Amino acid sequence: MTIFWIATIGTSLMAFLLKYSGHSVPERWLTHPKIQKINALIPIALLSALVSVQSFSEKSTLMIDQRLVGLLVAIIALILKAPFPIVVLSAAVSSAAVYNWL
Amino acid sequence: MSVSITVGAYGVAFGAAAVANGFTVLQSCLLSLLTFSGASQFAVIGVIGAGGSALSGIATASLLGVRNALYGVIMAPRLQVKGLKRVIAAQVTIDESTGVALGQEPRGVDAMRKGFWYTGIGVFVFWNLFTLAGALGAQAMGDIRAFGLDSAVPAAFLGLVWPRLTGNFERVLAVGCAIFAIAMTPILPAGLPIIATAFIAIAVGLKR
Repeated sequence: MTIFWIATIGTSLMAFLLKYSGHSVPERWLTHPKIQKINALIPIALLSALVSVQSFSEKSTLMIDQRLVGLLVAIIALILKAPFPIVVLSAAVSSAAVYNWL
Repeated sequence: MSVSITVGAYGVAFGAAAVANGFTVLQSCLLSLLTFSGASQFAVIGVIGAGGSALSGIATASLLGVRNALYGVIMAPRLQVKGLKRVIAAQVTIDESTGVALGQEPRGVDAMRKGFWYTGIGVFVFWNLFTLAGALGAQAMGDIRAFGLDSAVPAAFLGLVWPRLTGNFERVLAVGCAIFAIAMTPILPAGLPIIATAFIAIAVGLKR
C-alpha cells in the first residue's frame, strides 16, 4: 500500500471517529474552558505553519520563488476583504504569471 | 447560495491541490467523501506533498479534526438522533453546518436542525462534485506551477486561518508558528515542524 493510500484511509478513519465521538461522549468532557481555548488555537498554529512551509520550502530545502508573489497577493486580497475564491484565484494567477513570464 | 459558491471554489482548489501533491483522482475524491473536512484534507495532502510521513499527515489532519468533535458535542443534544442517522449527522458535522445551525438558535431547535441538515448535506454534495472537477482538471494540466497551483494551496491555508486571527494574541501566535515551522523545516523530518506547532498552541492555551 502506498503512503497516499495509508494517508487517505487513516485520515478518513480518524476524521470520522472524531466526529462520531463528539456525538457520543457526555457534554461535560469537552466543554472545559481550557479545552475550548486550546481548540481555538490549534487550527491557527497548524494552518499558519502550513502557509509558511508550503510557500517557502520544497521537501526539506528552503527557497523563495513565484509562490512568494502568490502569497503576497493573497495577503493583499484578504486585507481588501476579498472572498475566498478570489483570494485563491488571485494568488494562483499572479504566481503563474511570474513562473511563466519572468 | 454564497456558501455553495465558496464551497465549490474550495472543492476545486482541494481536488487540484491533492492531485498536484501526488494523490490520485480516486484518492482525492475518497478524502472528500470520507474525511469531509476541508482543513484536515488540505493538511494531509500538504504534509505528504512536502515529503512528510503518512503518520505526520494523519496526525496533522486529526489535530485539525478535533474541532469537529466539539461541534458534535454542541449539536448532539439538539439533533437527538440515533443509529444510522447519527452516523450521517456525525459525518456532516463540520464548520459550515454547525455554524449555520448556531445562527438559527434564536428561531428554535427545529430551525437549528433544518439549518444543520440542509447545510451539511448541501455542502457534502457540492464539495464532492467540485473535488472531482478540480482533481480531473489538475490531472489534465501537467506542470501545475504554470497554472499557479503551487500558490493556490498556501493561499487556501491563509484564507482558512485569516478569519481566526481576531486579536493581537492570535496574530502573534500565527506569525510565531509560521516562522517556527519554516525555521525547523531543514532540521526536522518533513511534517514534524507543522505538528510541533500544535504543541505550541496547547502550551500557550494551557498557560492562558
